[in-house]
Parts: sequence; structure tokens; C-alpha cells
Amino acid sequence: MGVFRVLFKPFGQTTGLARWLLISGLLLTAMFVTFALFAPWIAPYGFAEEVPKKVAPPGDGFLMGTNDLWYDVWSRVVWGSRTAIEVVILAVILGLLVGVPMGLVSGYVGGWLDRILVLIMDALFAFPPLLLAIVFAFLFRDLIGGGVMAVALALAVIYVPQYFRVVRNTTLSAREATYVEAARAIGAPGHTIMGRYLFSNVIQSVPVIGTLNAADAIGTLAALGFIGLGIQPTDAAEWGFDLQRALDDTEAGLWWTGVFPGLAIVLLVTGLTLVGEGLNETINPTLRKRRLRRFALPPRRPAVEEEAAR
Amino acid sequence: MPTKPEIQGTAHAPKHRAPDEVLVSMQDVEVYFQLRGGSMARLLGMDTGSVRAVDGISLDLRKGEVLGLVGESGSGKTTLGRALLGLVAATGGEIRYAGQDITKLSTRHLRRLRGDLQMVFQDPSAALNPSMTIETAVGHPLKIHGLASGEELHRRVADALERVGLSPPERFMFKYPGDLSGGQKQRAVLARAVILDPVLLVADEPVSMLDMSVRAKILQLMLDLKRDLDLTYVYITHDLASAKFFCDRVAIMYLGRVVEVGRTEEIFADPKHPYTRSLLKAIPEPDPEKALPRDLPRGEIPDAASPPLGCAFHPRCPEAFDMCGWERRDLRALIEAHWTRHEALDFETERGTIANLDDLDEPSHEAVVAAGRSSSPVDVEDLLHRIREEDADEPLWRGVEDMTLTDGGVRVRFHDGADPRLRPAGGVEVACHLYPEVEPAAGEGPAS
Amino acid sequence: MNDRMEPVVSVRDLRVWYGTERGAVRAVDGVSFDLLPGETLGLVGESGCGKSTLGRGLLGMLPEGAQTDGEIRFKGENLRTVSRSRLRDMRGPELGMIFQEPLTRLNPLMRISEHFEEALRAHTPGISKDTVERAALEVLGLMGIPPTRYRSYPHEFSGGMRQRLMIGLALVFRPAFVVADEPTTALDVLVEAQIIRILHDLRREFDTSLLLITHNLGIIAEACDRVAVMYAGKIVEVGEARQVFRDPQHPYTRELLRSTISLSTTGLNYIPGAPPDLTDPPPGCHFHPRCPDAMRVCEELDPIDQELSGGQRVECWLHGPDHLIGVDGRDRLRVREELSVADEA
Repeated sequence: MGVFRVLFKPFGQTTGLARWLLISGLLLTAMFVTFALFAPWIAPYGFAEEVPKKVAPPGDGFLMGTNDLWYDVWSRVVWGSRTAIEVVILAVILGLLVGVPMGLVSGYVGGWLDRILVLIMDALFAFPPLLLAIVFAFLFRDLIGGGVMAVALALAVIYVPQYFRVVRNTTLSAREATYVEAARAIGAPGHTIMGRYLFSNVIQSVPVIGTLNAADAIGTLAALGFIGLGIQPTDAAEWGFDLQRALDDTEAGLWWTGVFPGLAIVLLVTGLTLVGEGLNETINPTLRKRRLRRFALPPRRPAVEEEAAR
Repeated sequence: MPTKPEIQGTAHAPKHRAPDEVLVSMQDVEVYFQLRGGSMARLLGMDTGSVRAVDGISLDLRKGEVLGLVGESGSGKTTLGRALLGLVAATGGEIRYAGQDITKLSTRHLRRLRGDLQMVFQDPSAALNPSMTIETAVGHPLKIHGLASGEELHRRVADALERVGLSPPERFMFKYPGDLSGGQKQRAVLARAVILDPVLLVADEPVSMLDMSVRAKILQLMLDLKRDLDLTYVYITHDLASAKFFCDRVAIMYLGRVVEVGRTEEIFADPKHPYTRSLLKAIPEPDPEKALPRDLPRGEIPDAASPPLGCAFHPRCPEAFDMCGWERRDLRALIEAHWTRHEALDFETERGTIANLDDLDEPSHEAVVAAGRSSSPVDVEDLLHRIREEDADEPLWRGVEDMTLTDGGVRVRFHDGADPRLRPAGGVEVACHLYPEVEPAAGEGPAS
Repeated sequence: MNDRMEPVVSVRDLRVWYGTERGAVRAVDGVSFDLLPGETLGLVGESGCGKSTLGRGLLGMLPEGAQTDGEIRFKGENLRTVSRSRLRDMRGPELGMIFQEPLTRLNPLMRISEHFEEALRAHTPGISKDTVERAALEVLGLMGIPPTRYRSYPHEFSGGMRQRLMIGLALVFRPAFVVADEPTTALDVLVEAQIIRILHDLRREFDTSLLLITHNLGIIAEACDRVAVMYAGKIVEVGEARQVFRDPQHPYTRELLRSTISLSTTGLNYIPGAPPDLTDPPPGCHFHPRCPDAMRVCEELDPIDQELSGGQRVECWLHGPDHLIGVDGRDRLRVREELSVADEA
């Protein structure tokens, strides 16, 4: 399938530094994905399961200690990965589902539709993302409650303009390509041209934005949790919420309740960013350096004449 | 003229076609593009002018013929070809095909016509979707029009590939365009074009991006396809040599107009229009006995947003005379050419004689060459006389009606020129004042 | 050959290979030729034969990862081994390059006058504006560009005018050696003819030796004194242009001429197959799989440079040397493998 070929080609094409970025990023991310998938087996306790000890230091039956809510920190970190991955995947998919088709249509159809959409998207883009996320988190919390879906929707809103802009701009130039005219010449209607001819050629940079957005989403999700607009602690474990709880602990000298969720955030963000940058190095032609096979000029073969004289 | 011995020699049975059955008829076709202008002009809704890419062309395309549209870039040949297929909207005139006027059809009706009218593009690498396999790409027209699917689709794609020489088809079907060579891609494009069994194929420079060694092969394939599928071709090219070989009839285009049209043999044996003659002389031939002439037309094809007055070719024409439409901009070019020929020192001294050359940029049959600050109108007159003496044969002077001194400078008045219309001359039609119009159109004023 | 004059450029056994993902591409693989003062040498061949690489290699403008050996003797120096900074100093005053697409080589924000000032000042610091203008206007005049346009910007010129500007910029130093890589490919017939005219007249005005790279045999015939035909990284035939066109000695030259569509074309001819993949060219003569005259020896041994009576040099076993061709070496190759479309260019 053309689309998958386009999307996955860069993974295979990476070389050198880009490949290392990509591999280390994928390893880090894979670790958290494993946590998320197998949380019930990895975590010794549930995310909201009270343990016998309150604020116990790491070791002694609790790998990362426990916090003041009688929760096991290690379990919270593992269950937190599940929340983070869920939210991020939802947010990115929702952003893609809205942003990409909108960009495609806007770029292909042009005219007034394009102008209006560009105006709205630019306005959204101009806001600080966190502010926007807060506003929409409020909004969706009222509408559908404070679960994973609400936060994911709020995050998706921030990322829609990014996909829109990239896809629209690529569509705008791809629209002039000869193969699009050729498609019109064989009688393809607009939706076929967009779906079969433009789509697969304008989404090349989407994986990069997607992964970078995912990294960004982890941070924003934590920030929302930190200020209390994230997911309710009874719904799921969430690192930002834990960090916020840990604020008071630092004064009391309890480091483990804050360090471990914080470390999880940093590692997952780093992992996703590395994947994104690794892909970017490969996709972006200005950054790409093709891997050239090294060789040495072989010595000249003796001229045939000399050979014959021998 | 024995131009096609190979084709005629072999299995080329005498065609049963009626030679004069008109397939497509173009009447006064115009394609004007609105200029976008600057953002300020657009904001204020100012008229930004338009480019006359195709400026009133009437041509008949006969069934079974190969009509060549030949011209330089900017001649409008490509735009006309696209207008023929409805890929570019004509802003005036009509294009009749099968009882309908293509220029008036809705997009949906046009789409239905696609089965009959097909196109081949210049750059085969760009004409195929890079993320579609050859099988999908070639079969897509059938799919779009709902004509075949599944096994049937597969079979017809294989047939089409076989037909264009991409055989065995299995070897090419699952490849992407990037895996094919230029010639193979153009074959795939041809396969896609013929899979709907079209009547007319517009080929826009189909071989100019290909390597020399395969050009002939692709042209041969196109001739084979034409014979087997009873096609009619419009062959758009800048290359007179391939047009001579490939076309039955040729229309030479210049700045949105047809300047000469007729049977290929006649045009090449006895080119009538000075433009055609120059083109023929200018082709670099791999013949050591021939050399490029010295009297090549000067300059380049002018801006179609403000075409020359009178005959559009007159500023470059070596044979132009008084009624060709001389004007102020030609005078500017002449003065500049004079300075180009001379030492930098002469230019320094003479540059002050004339106030501002940019005053001569508007089209008009009258020019006032204003004297510079430190010179008098007489100095300007002297300069113009010097230029005239340098090259008395310069065609521009034939167009000058009179030169008079005014208080600010010299007024040069040119003859009112006329825009030459196509007229029959010795078996072809030509738009040039060198050939008399047969029936003088009554009451026709000088076009401007 | 012409022994009276000392060649300006003398290339001996030049090899330029460059690395790709698939291995080393033998773009130029043992090329030798001389260029006399004021002479124009045309370099012709299908695309992918190493023409451009040779042109760039001569001026040291190769991509990273390219490796060279052999000799490019120019005014007593070996251009292949001189330092980068020395080469940079020589480009302009001594060596010039003219490209196919002039617009990409001109800075859109700089006036033509500024282009000339910058170019001249880089090599002659402190040169006065007037001197620059005098030199520039003189060369622009020869290119047919009016002095009134000296302060215009590149975008105010037409395509042909821009190419004239580029040629003017390359020639303002009166370099001894210029490489022009497909200078007219992007231009229209009439403008192309004008530019060929200018290139043709160079030798009279500037005494510049020109290597003119083109795929158009017609241009060679019009503008060049001598022609070198390149195939798969090697020069297979070189000689006086008229002579080569009248009586080509290498089958490749002959087939190339036959497949060119010109006004006198009466039948379509073509060369089957495509130029070989230069990472792994066929053994022996690289042309033998496409050659209608291929003999047994052609697929076994590399052909040897032979000088013919007319001064032409050819690398083809048809011209011997006989003592190296084995007993049955002259046998026709078995029926030439049918070259299907699958192998076409």
C-alpha cells in the first residue's frame, strides 16, 4: 500500500547518527509502552490501591517507596505510563484525523474555504499551547467528565493546527504537480485526486510531527495534571498529579515521591523526541546525508598491451 | 515527401479514413489568464491586467491526422493543447467536439469526455504518482469510470502494458515509477492514456525529456498506437525536426497566435512566415556542412501581458516593413542596441543626451524622445541620425513616418500598423503582411 | 595531431569515482585528452555517461566522497592535486564554469553591477567601481546586453539574457579555460542559437579554451572545433568535429548520429538498451552489449586507444590492434541477446 510505504520508508532509510537517535528513542519508548501494556502484571499494586505503609522510603518491599496517599510509587509510575500512552495516542490520532483531511481539502480546494480555515488555525496556533489546553480541558471536563478522553481531546485541539499547516502547505505545492493534472486528465473527481494522488504524497512529514507532538503531549498532560485539570486520581494514575502531590513532600525531605514520576516524564519525552528527530534527519532532505559506501580506487589494470608482451 | 518510409513500408495498409472529417473544431479560442499582481493591487481590487496565452485561434483537427503545434515557450501551444481537453478553461471562442462545445461543459460532463480525449505529458517522471504502482496507475482510469474491476481490470492493464511494449507485464506491474527508466515511464503514461480507448491524444513534448537514444523508440511506439487504435494526435513541440518527421500538418505558433499552418511537406519545403524561416534556420543540425546563420532574430519572445502592436513578431523580424506595427518600445530597444555595440565610453557621453528611456515603455505609435538636462532636442536628433546611419537597413526606419523637433525633444511618429490575419498563401495559411490578403475585408480598421 | 601549440589543459588517465549507497560509480574511468588555446571541445553522450562529472572533476567541483586519480595539467600545475584554496583562487581568473540553469546561480537580491563588483573584488581587492563597470560593460556588450541594464536585478532579465549574464560573469576575467555544462538546454531554439553563436565567437574575442558539454549533436557541429564522444565513463572517440560527423569511426558515435532526429531524418533509428550501471559496467568494451558490430574480443578485453590516419582517436576493437585480437576474436558475437524494453533508457 502506497501510504504505508511512504510512512514507513524513513524508518528503514535512517543511517548513522539518525539511526542511533531513532534506535535509542524507540528503546526508551518501547519500555514505557511495555509498562502500559502489561501494567497489571508489572505493577505490584493497583494505581489507587492503598498499601500498608505510608511515605516509606524506597527499598524494603517498595521499590520506589510509597507516598502520603498510601500509594506505591513504582505502581503509580507503571500505571502512569498506561495513562500517558493512552492519552498521547488518542490525542495524536484525533489531531491527525481532523488536521490532515482539513489541510488536504483546504490546500486542494483553495479559495474562501482555505482563507477561513487558515485564519482559524492561525488563531489557534497563536495561543500558548498550555493556555489553550487549559481552556479546552475545562470545557471538555464539563461536557464529558475528567477522564482520559477529555484530556486527549483538549490536547488534540492544540495539535490540529500543526498538521493542518504542514499538510495544507505541501498540498498547495503538490496540487501543481503534473501527476495531479494527469489525474484530472483521466477524469478523476476531486475526492479521488485528494485521496489517491495527494494524500500519500503530502503526509511524508506527518510521522515526524506526530512523534514530536506526542513528546509535547506528555509534557502538557503532566502540566494539566499538575494544576489539577488533568485526569481525576481515582480514574487513573497520572504523573503530573503525583508531582503536584510531591511538592509538599520536598519540604519534608521526601525525595522519592517526586523524583520517580518526574524521571518517567523526562525519559518518555526524551524517547519520543529522539524518535522524532531521528525521523526528521531522514525525511528532511536538507538534513539528510546519504550513506556513501567507502571505497578505494583500485590500482589500474596493466594495459592489455603490456600483458600481451609478457 | 518520403518522410515515413519505415511506417509506410511495413504493415501500413492504406487508411480508409475520410481525409477531411473534422474531429475537433476550434473557433477563435481565447485563454486569458488574469495576472495576480501585487498584494496591494489585489487588496484594492485593481485591474492587474491579463496574459493572453491563447489569443484567438481557429483550427480544425481532422480525424486520423497528426497536427503539430510548434513554437517556443510562451507561444501558447501547451495552453491550447490543455484547453482542447478542457484542462484549462477557455475564456472565449468555442471548441466543438462530437456536437458539444467543450468550453461550455460542466466539470462532470467533461469528466465523461475523458474517455475520448487523453493527454501525454512532457515529464514522465512527474506524470505518474510516485506512490502508486504501475498497475494501479495504468488501471486507474478504468476504475474511476467504473469500467472494470478485479480480474478484468488486471487483464486489461496487462494488455495495455503489453501494447506499449512493457512486456512481460508482470515485470512492471508491481513496480513504482521510481524504479523505471525515463522511456519506460513514458510507455506507462501512454498505456494509461490508451487504456480508455480514446479518440484523441494530446501529446505535450512527449520525448523532449528523454534521452536521444530512446526518443525515436517512443515516437515509433506512438505511430504504432495511432495505427492500431485509430488515434488522432495533437503533437505539441518546440522541436521542428521531430515535427517534420511526425506530423501531417503543422501550426506554427507565436505569442498566442497561429502564424502559419499547413501541410508539413509544404511548410518545410517552402516556409512562408519569417518566423518559421528563422526557426528552421536556427535548428542546430548535426551536419558539418551547415553553419548557423548570422541573421538570427534578435531578442526573445515578448511578454504576453503587453504584446507588441501590429504583428507580434515584428520587433524580431528580419523582414519587417512599414505596416508591421512599429512603436515606441522598438525605438528604445534600438537605442539600447546601439549602446550595446559601442564602447563603454561612447555610452557615457551619449547617455546624457536622452532624459529617460523608461518613458518609451508604453505601447504607442508615437514616441517623444525627451532631451536630457544638458542637451538639446537637436542633440537627440543627431543621435537618432547617427544610429540610423550606422545601420540604414534596420527595419525599424521603414516604419518611421516622420521625425520632428519639439521643444522638449524629438517626436517620432510611426506608421499605423495592422495586425496580420491568417491568409492563404501558396497552399498554406500564413499571418504576415508579406502576403496579400486575398479578399480585402471591407471596413477593417487597423487593429491595435 | 596538432603539435605546434602547447595544450592549455592536458588530461591524462583521469578517473573520477564516487560512492553511493550501491557502491562506487565509475563516472569517469580513464580519460585522456588535450585542449589547445582558444579551442572548443564538445563533449557528447547520453545522460549517465559521466559527461557532467568529467566537467566538474576538471574544476575540482566534485561531491563529497569522490575519489580521483590521474592528471589534469593546467599551466604547469596538476589541478587534481592542488590545494582547495589554490583552486578557489584560480576559479574566476583562470578557470570558469557556466551552468545549465542560470537563475539558480545569480543572487536575486543583487544587481548585475553588484555581481560583477563582487566577482572582480574577490580576486582583485580594491579595484575601483569605474574599472569594474568598464570591464563589465565591455563583456556585457559582447554578450549583447545593453549597458542601460547594468543596474538591473536578475529577475528583470529573460532566460536567454540571464544565460548571457552568466557567460559574461564567467568571461569577465578572460579565463584560459571554461567548462560549459549544457548551457542551452533550458532555452528556446532561437535563443539557443544566439547563445551558440556567442560561444562560437568566444575564441575570437577571448582566446578561451572551452569544454562544451551537451547531449545535442547539432550544437557540437555548430560550435565546436573538436568533439569527444563519451560512453560509460570513457571517451570512445575524439577528433575534429567535421571529420567525426562525416565519418564516425566508433559504432557508438555512428549509432548516436543515426538516432538523432534532425530535419533530414527519414526513418526512426535508435540504440537498443541503455547505458550500463556504472557501479558494475560490462566487461571488455562497455558498449558491446548494445553494439551492432560486437565481436568476441569486445566482451573479453578492454579496447585500446588507437590513433587513426585522420587524427581521430578511437577506442574500438574494429580498429585493432590486430595482434591482440585472438584467432577467433573477430568472430561476431553470438546472436546479440535480444534487448527488450525492460533494459531501455
